[in-house]
Amino acid sequence: MSLTTSTAPGRVTRARRSARSGSLSVTSGLGLGVAMLWFSLLVLIPLAMVVASAGSTGLGGFVAVITESQTLAAVQLTVLQSLMVTAVNVVMGTMIAWVLVRDRFQGKRILDVVIDIPFALPTIVAGLVLLSLYGPNSPLGLNVANTRYAVFLALAFVTLPFVVRTVQPVLEELEADVEEASASLGATRLTTFRRIILPSLVPSIAAGAALSFARGISEYGSLVLLSGNLPNHTEVAAVRVFTFIENGDTASAAAVATLMLIVALAVIVALDIIQRRVARRG
Amino acid sequence: MASATRVREPKPVRWALRAIVTAYVFLLVLWPVSLVVKYTFADGMTAMTTALAEPDVRQALRLTVMVALIAVAVNLVFGVGISLLLVRYEFPGKRVLSALIDVPLSVSPIVVGLALVLVYSPRNGLFGKGLSEAGIQVIFASPGMVMATVFVALPLVIREVVPVLQEIGDEQEQASQSLGANAFQTFRRITLPSIKWAVVYGVVLALARSLGEYGAVKVVSGNVTGQSRTATMIVESKYQGFEQPAAYAVAFLLAMASVVCIVVVGFLRPSTGDHS
Amino acid sequence: MSIEIKDINKKFGDFVALEDISLNIPTGQLTALLGPSGGGKSTLLRIIAGLESTDEGTVHIEGVEATHLPPQKRNVGFVFQHYAAFKHMSVAKNVAYGLEIRKRSKADTKKRVAELLELVHLSQFAHRLPSQLSGGQRQRMALARALAVEPTVLLLDEPFGALDAKVRKELRDWLRRLHDEVHVTTVFVTHDQEEALEVADEIVVINNGRIEQIGSPDELYDAPANDFVMSFLGPVTTLEGLLMRPHDIDVSTAGEVAGTTPGEVVRMLRVGFEVRLTVRPTTGRGAGSSPGQEGDVTVVLTRSHARELGIDVGSTVWLSANRGATSVARRAIAAV
Repeated sequence: MSLTTSTAPGRVTRARRSARSGSLSVTSGLGLGVAMLWFSLLVLIPLAMVVASAGSTGLGGFVAVITESQTLAAVQLTVLQSLMVTAVNVVMGTMIAWVLVRDRFQGKRILDVVIDIPFALPTIVAGLVLLSLYGPNSPLGLNVANTRYAVFLALAFVTLPFVVRTVQPVLEELEADVEEASASLGATRLTTFRRIILPSLVPSIAAGAALSFARGISEYGSLVLLSGNLPNHTEVAAVRVFTFIENGDTASAAAVATLMLIVALAVIVALDIIQRRVARRG
Repeated sequence: MASATRVREPKPVRWALRAIVTAYVFLLVLWPVSLVVKYTFADGMTAMTTALAEPDVRQALRLTVMVALIAVAVNLVFGVGISLLLVRYEFPGKRVLSALIDVPLSVSPIVVGLALVLVYSPRNGLFGKGLSEAGIQVIFASPGMVMATVFVALPLVIREVVPVLQEIGDEQEQASQSLGANAFQTFRRITLPSIKWAVVYGVVLALARSLGEYGAVKVVSGNVTGQSRTATMIVESKYQGFEQPAAYAVAFLLAMASVVCIVVVGFLRPSTGDHS
Repeated sequence: MSIEIKDINKKFGDFVALEDISLNIPTGQLTALLGPSGGGKSTLLRIIAGLESTDEGTVHIEGVEATHLPPQKRNVGFVFQHYAAFKHMSVAKNVAYGLEIRKRSKADTKKRVAELLELVHLSQFAHRLPSQLSGGQRQRMALARALAVEPTVLLLDEPFGALDAKVRKELRDWLRRLHDEVHVTTVFVTHDQEEALEVADEIVVINNGRIEQIGSPDELYDAPANDFVMSFLGPVTTLEGLLMRPHDIDVSTAGEVAGTTPGEVVRMLRVGFEVRLTVRPTTGRGAGSSPGQEGDVTVVLTRSHARELGIDVGSTVWLSANRGATSVARRAIAAV
């Protein structure tokens, strides 16, 4: 799961790739047309409508919606918690990927599969699952329901796979001889990690962090049961959007939704720039 | 993996890392998930049988499966089609399309729902009004739920198939052509068998995602009892209605389905790095 | 004429791959397209197969206008450098593929596959998957697959390029024998001059998108059209401004004779049966500076000849072109 997979240049084989590239036949042209029409009707036009609807009241209206105190609190909470969770994921995700690639022990394969559960588990079920260990009937005696810790917990759960799954393949491809060379030149294990391994992991960590942050910003389902959605306290941006929709105020809903899209996009672009810069230097 | 020959960390470091990682994943995922199983079967099978006897639960499960199957079928066809276009053909706007494919992964399900409502709502949607006059109801009906589900699961098939198509290259397809096969014969007999597993993984992941979609479907469904409620919405309403055993029972079924999907993919897929 | 190519031009972006190519390939012969990589020979082959389109020009195969025919309608057999084996099919299934596409009867297909596997010596591997074969075996399978459909022309794109030297040599002999048996018009691309000289009836030398020369191996070797063709067909050296082959130079220790060039042996290398000398002319330009410099002449002798002449590093020798030597005037800027 990396941001780069689908846009990866692949092996750029010479321009003489195939007779078909460069010229679409009738069938493939038709296929492209249908696919683009479908993609537009399903994704592009609806998302464009969100932005258009947010702008329908002018910039003043947009600013008024997002600076309203309850909305502002929700957005602040969402961004702050997403940042914190992303930071945790950068550390834990890299560590998990490291253990999965470099260590060998009984049950590693199970650990590997368990990492994907948060990705596939329905979000509402994720909320329920976390409630059963960290809710009112916690066997641990830890009850975080309806607190800000619950928001953090839910986001940590649903974003767990992202950094792991972007770092893991890169770590697997790292060549052992580089580390051996570093060791033979007298570097300690920690120095080798810091100066040789970590720099080559930075792009993939950044990609995973971007996905993780974007997911954190947009999370809804796992919070419904867990955080209590208390206004000005545990209410996140997506819940705020939903309340607006329920009240029939789609313009305000669109305004907050647009803000969420912008924040997610900004972070993805920022991390993409970091990634490129590091990749170029390395 | 060549880990046996690698320069390795001292034992205490390795043990500490292993312990931290295992504890984190255990506390965050494994233990909570196993508790749902425990709570569901706390009174034996009663919670499950009672819940399954309720008509609105049965209706919701049926609706969930139907919506998920249609959404997966649509994503299968378009996913494979778009992957082929992206890898095998050149056309203007290809890079943009390739970047946009991932967008649904970063958009909140609630925003997905909102976006579809803005366009297809029968009251004031861009196309919805016209469609509604023509007798086609999209929002607050199953077509909208299918669309929402397709939207959120859209990239999953494509992300699995594209790298495999890139890796196998097009020489086998050219050989097939030179032996007289037309485009369809080449696709069915050469391309499809080579991407078979990637398609299966993509479909299983899309199925897991589709069965469990909640936010987007909730927005477009209108949440009408017994008519347009999916299993995930039943979990919410049962839990909040203090029918926790029923909530756990349905949650267990959903969790089972997704865990089975993940395990199937996890064990079928050759572990990354093993393939040449 | 089996394949007629007329005025073909092909560009990839700004890169000119082929320029004004016209070529007739006779029926039943084995023709080699020879040239350095990137010279356009593979592109030409792919245009014949229909795997690449032309910008301008026409292709006729057995009198049929084929310029705009898709590959599946041209009835050509194509063998790829990297085999393009159908990985999910057994060897027999790979060979049967084209016949199944053509809806031949089961019995017919079975018989034909058995014959072809016999022909390429793979009968005992019929039920293996391509991944269980060696590179040479895979390429023989690919050849059988291409031959199965009884193509009008057989096209091979660097067919032995991915194989190691020994297997290459075996397959080369085998291809020649096979062609003598089957007699299908065959065109193969190679950058290995030895391969082309040994196997082909006719060689087309292609460089920088243009045809440099067409001819039989002997014609090309004995009468190269220019210095590029000459230097591409084997090692060359320069004596008195003429491009020559190192073994076409006579060495004498008898002393100054009219028309010979005196020089000093600066290096002597014994490889197998031959002795390679580097001789620095003592008259004219560049006498007596660093080794390997402009003006040095490479000469090849047999071991016994060198012993007979008693040559060693430091000896003074007199060089001249022997009678019947092939030589070409050196262009101001060498093409190589």
